[in-house]
Amino acid sequence: MEQHISLNVNGRKVDLKVADPAMPLLYALRNDLGLRGPRFGCGLSQCGACTVHLDGNAVRSCVLPIVSVAGRSIVTLEGLGTPDKPHPLQQAFIDEQAVQCGYCINGMIMQSAALMAANKHPTDEQIKQALANNLCRCGTHLRIVRAVKRATSQI
Amino acid sequence: MSARPSISRREFLGLSGLIVSFAALPLPLASAESSQQTQLPTAHKPVASDEVDGFLAIDRHGNISVFSGKVDLGTGVRTAITQIVAEELDVPIARVSVIEGDTLLTPDQGPTYGSLSIQNGGTQIRQAAATARRALIRQAAKQLHLEESELTVERGVIKAAHGTRSVSYGDLIGGRTFALSIDKDAPLKDPATYTVVGRSQPRLDIPDKVTGRFTYMHDFRVTGMVHGRVVRPPAIGATLLAVNEDSVKHLPGFIKVVQQRNFLAVVAETEWGAITAAQQLEAKWSDWQGLPDENKLWDYVRSTRITKEDVTSDRGDVEAALAKSAQRLSATYDFAIHTHGSIGPSCAVASFEGGRLTCWSASQATHNLRQQLALMLGIPDADVRVIYIAGSGCYGRNGHEDAAADASLLAHAVGRPVRVQWMRADEHGWDPKGPPTLIDMQAGVDAGGNVTGWYSQFYGPEGVAGRVKLVAADLADLPHEMEMSPGGIINGTAIPYMFPNVKTVAHRLATTPFRPSWIRAPGRMQSAFANEAFLDEIAVATRTDPFELRQRSLANDHRAIEVLERLARLSNWQKRTFNGHAAGGTVTGRGMAFVKYEVYRTYVGMVTTVEIVRATGVIKAKHFAVVQDCGQVINPDGVRNQIEGNVVQTVSRTLLERVRYDRSHVTSIDWLTYPILTFPDVPDIDIELIDRPQEKPWGVGEPSSAIVSAAICNAVFDAIGVRLRSVPFLPEKTLAAINGRRS
Ligand code: FES
Ligand code: FES
Repeated sequence: MEQHISLNVNGRKVDLKVADPAMPLLYALRNDLGLRGPRFGCGLSQCGACTVHLDGNAVRSCVLPIVSVAGRSIVTLEGLGTPDKPHPLQQAFIDEQAVQCGYCINGMIMQSAALMAANKHPTDEQIKQALANNLCRCGTHLRIVRAVKRATSQI
Repeated sequence: MSARPSISRREFLGLSGLIVSFAALPLPLASAESSQQTQLPTAHKPVASDEVDGFLAIDRHGNISVFSGKVDLGTGVRTAITQIVAEELDVPIARVSVIEGDTLLTPDQGPTYGSLSIQNGGTQIRQAAATARRALIRQAAKQLHLEESELTVERGVIKAAHGTRSVSYGDLIGGRTFALSIDKDAPLKDPATYTVVGRSQPRLDIPDKVTGRFTYMHDFRVTGMVHGRVVRPPAIGATLLAVNEDSVKHLPGFIKVVQQRNFLAVVAETEWGAITAAQQLEAKWSDWQGLPDENKLWDYVRSTRITKEDVTSDRGDVEAALAKSAQRLSATYDFAIHTHGSIGPSCAVASFEGGRLTCWSASQATHNLRQQLALMLGIPDADVRVIYIAGSGCYGRNGHEDAAADASLLAHAVGRPVRVQWMRADEHGWDPKGPPTLIDMQAGVDAGGNVTGWYSQFYGPEGVAGRVKLVAADLADLPHEMEMSPGGIINGTAIPYMFPNVKTVAHRLATTPFRPSWIRAPGRMQSAFANEAFLDEIAVATRTDPFELRQRSLANDHRAIEVLERLARLSNWQKRTFNGHAAGGTVTGRGMAFVKYEVYRTYVGMVTTVEIVRATGVIKAKHFAVVQDCGQVINPDGVRNQIEGNVVQTVSRTLLERVRYDRSHVTSIDWLTYPILTFPDVPDIDIELIDRPQEKPWGVGEPSSAIVSAAICNAVFDAIGVRLRSVPFLPEKTLAAINGRRS
């Protein structure tokens, strides 16, 4: 049974027709809304590649049924900033060249943005703990920590 | 130089006839195409790798398109190639764009593997640029009525060194071809005058990657595209007995169950529809239990039939030297089966129209893949076009090509463009694996502590870095390669050390448990682990400092010696001979290792500091000091990024990773069952690069990974006097070794 679900994505109200209310939010964001920040990595809540903000909290959109987010506010990497007007974290990732393939980077930035909201000046250890469940296979970790540190020490 | 018409960038992405759509709603999105509307030459563009036009095209505005057969797998190669061309032609970086791995447009420069993108691919492109530059200057001299020697180039404009006369590249050649063979003698710029190469250039892809604007393979869409998901056999060699299509027919958007022998997949209008159908499809498979017992893997490897002996070095008489030696050492090293573990699972889109296949893939070898897909579908190579789009980092031949085969088979079956993305279990379960490797080491030492004999015997699957068979072709019983392709796994068996008697042999095996392929430094990482850890055993046995032992036998190689000297300084190495282990519950140790990669190129030395909790056997790598000489450095920060990645990834492989399996299939099919290193356990890294602008640029994507396992092994021994000879160094193995030593 098709269902109508509306949510707020990056500050805009969107209405979706959904065939299966159990479909994870990630598929709506990527396929129905054409967003590319959140990425599919595992679909198991194990890697963080799909991270978005739901009412300000970092959540894993690959396991979040679309029906459970009806009426709520979602921010994706695209909503955080743009190439012309990047979020301080995005700028810091550029400044530190904190990317190899970049597939994990959405999760790293979105998770760190949530950390920054709770802790304006995290230590290296706190950053590493906050990102402990975000996986990167390229081994970009040190640069990612430096980037988060740079963004947080500028505020 | 001759005239040819131009085509748009749309055709360059292979999109003519297909409309790309990303957005259904007015959200902040980027368009499918680059904002750069460079006019590029026609689809009949030459692709010969000995022609300038194969690699370069210059439009009327002086914008330069570079056609690179080597692709950027997330390593920064695109930026480095951009730097090389901008430097050689004296144009701003912003004027250069790189088209990668498109079988219709780019020369076949071989797969992007083996740390050869810059060393081979980049230098080929550099020579094309040098040939172009000389031709342009000659043309300008004629046009300006000046001698070539009176001309200089600045920002793509050739001008009189004294005077005002000038002409731009765009005016000279814009939109036309060079029709010139690449001249290997065309003069290259003097590296002493470089302003772009050798300086850290921010990577061109990063701004888009951190803002969600980059087009990964996974983001690519074409109009009319539907979604496929594969349903792999529950046991690797199982036979499909029955499929109940009714179990999924009712699902919204369901299109088709595609079955061909043991290849099974579903196609649906939406991605979630395909996933649901794949999960719910009822299928009956035969039993199959053809894998070896995981607990007896090394017995299995040892008893596998040897088909070939590769003697990779043979100096003096090793048998006699060993027999005569005052002290004889021997040890066996082994290295587990590894998976690539790309964070994004493999993905591809294929479209089959009018007998022709177009496939978009993150393949590191689009030209090879084209032939494999043509073979599988029984169509001529010329009717297949494979276009590279960057995927998740892949570190070797992972599942990208297999996803491409899945998508191609499905597009062929349903007559619509099909996108296939693997699920996590497909990736962990079905990507080709780094094969299990066993190495027997022997050495003889004379009464004075000198190494007189070195004998190593490597056991690994037969085959070269060829074409890894496609899962889909194999399961569907369509034509495919029969031989194994584990990569150039024996290239690191020989050693750079000048011992008087040396023999290194690789026993090539008839089979290996899983479809093998290369993963970063294939075989070479395993060899370097055994070589450099065993050398440490010799240092311990002869009470020699490990730096000194290496320096003595590398005396004639000044680049090797400089790396070691700088490493000793960078790491603040205190000369040491092993004097028994330190006391305490948590102990630290330091170890070093060195490699001259494939015994002819990039030199790397590293020292690591590790910490071991004696009660638990848990090892933590705390710090690495790395010195590398890879000849001419193109993008220093890019090289550092690669070294950091190599170290971190290989710490993970060394301490944690092994593919798990039962008799039927891989059981480590997610990140819980195949854990990798996470932030709290990542070591700090100090790097010193030795830039040699006048030398050849050598590879950087693999070499520093090769010696991480040995460095850790040696540091662990330094700390607790226990030699770990089996990767991964899991706590239970370390504990068992500690307890074994006590008893
Ligand atoms: S894709 Fe959601 S956590 Fe991995
Ligand atoms: S940068 Fe490639 S997975 Fe993190």
